[in-house]
Amino acid sequence: MADRFATVPDVVERLRGVDYLADTSIAGVVYLADKLGKPVLVEGPAGVGKTELAKAAAAITNARLIRLQCYEGLDESKAIYEWNYKKQLLRIQADREHERDWETVEADIFSEQFLLTRPLLEAIRAEDPVVLLIDEVDRVEIETEALLLEVLSDFQVSIPELGTIEGVQRPLVFLTSNNTRELSEALKRRCLFLHIDYPDIDREKEIVRVRVPEVDEALADQIAKVVGSIRNIDLKKAPSISETIDWARTLIYLGRNEITPEVMGETLHVLLKYQTDITKARKELGVDAPATPARR
Amino acid sequence: MSVVASDPAMLDVLQGFVHELRLAGLPVSMTENLDAMRAVEHVPLEDRDAFKTALGATLVKHHGHHKVFDTVFEVYFSIFSPGVDGGDNELDADAQADFDQLRNEMDAGGAMGQLSNEDLAKMLLDALMKMDTEAMRALAGAAVARFAGMEPGRPVGGAYYLYRTLRQLDAEGLVGKMMQQAQDDQAIGEGAFDERLAREEYEGRLKVLKEMIEAEIRRRLVADRGVEAMARTLRKPLPEDVDFMHASREEMQQLQKAIYPLTRALAARLAQRRRHRHRGTLDFRRTVRQSLSYGGVPAEPRFKRPRPSKPEIMVVADISGSVASFARFTLQFVYAMQSEFSKVRSWVFIDGVDEVTRFFDESDELITAINRVNTEADVVWVDGHSDYGHAFEVWHERHIREVTRKSSIILLGDARNNYHAAQAWTLAEMRKKARRLFWLDPEPRGYWDTGDSIISEYAPYCDGVYEVRNLRQLHKFVEDVVSV
Repeated sequence: MADRFATVPDVVERLRGVDYLADTSIAGVVYLADKLGKPVLVEGPAGVGKTELAKAAAAITNARLIRLQCYEGLDESKAIYEWNYKKQLLRIQADREHERDWETVEADIFSEQFLLTRPLLEAIRAEDPVVLLIDEVDRVEIETEALLLEVLSDFQVSIPELGTIEGVQRPLVFLTSNNTRELSEALKRRCLFLHIDYPDIDREKEIVRVRVPEVDEALADQIAKVVGSIRNIDLKKAPSISETIDWARTLIYLGRNEITPEVMGETLHVLLKYQTDITKARKELGVDAPATPARR
Repeated sequence: MSVVASDPAMLDVLQGFVHELRLAGLPVSMTENLDAMRAVEHVPLEDRDAFKTALGATLVKHHGHHKVFDTVFEVYFSIFSPGVDGGDNELDADAQADFDQLRNEMDAGGAMGQLSNEDLAKMLLDALMKMDTEAMRALAGAAVARFAGMEPGRPVGGAYYLYRTLRQLDAEGLVGKMMQQAQDDQAIGEGAFDERLAREEYEGRLKVLKEMIEAEIRRRLVADRGVEAMARTLRKPLPEDVDFMHASREEMQQLQKAIYPLTRALAARLAQRRRHRHRGTLDFRRTVRQSLSYGGVPAEPRFKRPRPSKPEIMVVADISGSVASFARFTLQFVYAMQSEFSKVRSWVFIDGVDEVTRFFDESDELITAINRVNTEADVVWVDGHSDYGHAFEVWHERHIREVTRKSSIILLGDARNNYHAAQAWTLAEMRKKARRLFWLDPEPRGYWDTGDSIISEYAPYCDGVYEVRNLRQLHKFVEDVVSV
C-alpha cells in the first residue's frame, strides 16, 4: 500500500502548509484513504471546502490534479474514453486504394492512436503522481454511476477492443457530492465516507486568519461568531466558508476593525445571496437596513 | 501481526459493535465490516478520535446515521479508554489524580459531601463562565451522583436520569444566569446584536455540559448493566424510519430538514425525465448536411431537440383531525415543494376544500404559512369531519378544467371518509385528464379498508397508492415517480 503520509498529525501539518485547515476527521480519512487505497466520498453543504480538499491533497503530495466535473447526461465517452471515429473514417477512406483485408484495417483503427482519453482513463494511465477528483458525482444519473464502479474498486478500465487497462499506481481519489440525491449503495460501499460540515467557531476563526492575514485576532473571533450565529437561522442558503472569507476581505477593504450592527447592515449581502434571507437575518440579528440616500 | 487481529478481545468488541450497528438498522455490508477491521489497524488505539474516524468512515455512509453511530460508539468504547469518560484525555497527571479522588468520593456517595447544593450550583456557574472543561466535567459527575438517584439494576432509561439531573441543576435557567453575570461584569456590550451572540455562546456551553452529564450517566449505566443491554435500551429508530404520525417536535424539525433534499430530488427527477427520456427523432436534413464534411458518410447523426414541457404539480391534502400530525408533515412537504418548483398548486380539505397556494407563496416561513392555512383556509363545509367525497366533488367542479396532460396530481390522506359517499368518479375524471395521479396514505397498509377507510374504492383510479409513514417510504415514492 501507498505510504504518502506518516501519521494523521502529519496530514494535518502538511495540509496546513498549503493553507487548508483540516480537523482530525478530515485528516484521519485522508490518511486512511492512502493506507487502504480507497476512494473518499466527500459530502456536505456547498462551500465547505470539499473540492478544495482534493486540490490541497494534490498539492501536498506533489501530484497533478485530474478533474472530472460531473453533470446530467455525462456518459462513457466524456468520462472514460472515446474512439476518434472521424480520424478512423479518414483512415478507412485513405486506405481504399490499398485493398487491405478487414482484419488489418480493424486492428489498425482500434489502436491507441485513435483513442481519445478522458479524465478517468487519463488518471489510470498516468505515470506521474496524480490525484483524481470526481466532482459533484450526485449530478450524474444513477445508471451512469455504474461506469465509475470498476474504476473505483479496481482502478482499471475495460475497453472491448483493447482489453483491460490497469493503473500503474493507486492515486488518491476524491468524489464530492452535494447530496442532491442518494448515491447508490454500490458506490458508497467502495468509498470511505467523509462528511464535512460547517466548521466550528474556533476552526473558522483560524481559517479566516490564515486566508486573510490582515484580519486581527479580535476581528476574526467576531467574524466567526457572527457567521456561526447566522448559520443558526433557518435560511435558504447558509453562508459558506468562502463567503466568510469574502466578508472578511470586504471588512478589511472598508477599513472596519469591529463589527457593529451598522457594519453588519452594510455588508450582509456579502454573506447572504437571497433577499429573503437578508431580510430575515436583519430581523433576527436586530440589524437595520443601511440608510438609503435621500432622494432628490 | 496487527494490533487488532492479535488481540481477540478487541476483535470481539469490534464485532459486537458492528453487530449492534446492524441491529440499530444501519446497513453495514460484509465488505464494509472488513474495511473497518483493516482501517483500525492503521491507527493507534490510544488515539480515540482517529479510531472513531476510522470506524465512522468505513461503516457509516449516510450522514443521518452518524447520530446512531456516535451513541453506539460511546456505549462500546467509553469503558475501554483510560480516564474519565474516555473523552479528551488531556488531563495531566496531577489533574487526573485530583479527579480520581473526586470521583472516588462521589462514587462513595460523598458527592463532594460537604458542599451544599447552592455551592455546587455556584461552582458550576463559575466553571461555565470560564468555560473550564475540567471543572465542568467534575461537577457534572458530582451532579449525577447527587441528583440522578441512580440505583443498580433499576430498569429506568438514561433519559429519566438526565431529566432529573438537569431539573435539579435548573439547566433551563442557567443561560439566563450566565447572561446576568456577564452583564454584571460588563463583559458583553449592549444592544440586541451583542446579546444574541452572547446568548448563543452560553447556550453552546450549556450543551457541552449536558453532553458531559449524559456521558457520565451512560458510563454508570454501562458499568451497571453491561454494554449490550445498554445499547439495546438506547436503540432508537433511524431518522428515515421515524413515523410521521408519532414524531416528536424535535424529530419533526429533523424531518423538515430532510424533506428539502427530497423535494429537490423530485424536482430534479421530473426535469431529468423530460430532458433525457427520449433524444428526439432523427433530424434527416441536418444529418445529411453534416455528412458533407465526411465525404457523404453520415458519420454524425443529428437528432431533433425534444420540446421540454413544464411539469405542473397539484397537491390536494387532508388536514382533518385523524391525520393531524401527518397534516403537519404534509404542509411541510407542500411548502418545500413550492419553494423548489415554480408550478405547484395546493389545496387542503376536511369536508370543504380551499386553495392554499397563496399562503405558501406569500409566507417566507413555514410556520406563518401553516398558521395562515389553519386560520384562513375555508375547509369546513358542514361539521368539520372528513368528507373526501364532497371535497373531491367540489374540487372537480372548480378545477377540473385546469388539469392538463402536464399536471401530476398528488392526493394525501387516510381515506377515512366517515361513511360518506366516496364519489370515486371524480378521481376517474382526474386520472383521465392528468398525466399522473398518486395517492399517499399515512396509515400502515394493514389498516387500509378497515373501519371507515375506503382507500380501495379510490385506488383503481390512481397510478400508485403509497404507504408513506416515514422518510424511507417517501424516498421510495420519489424514486418510483420516475419509473411509473
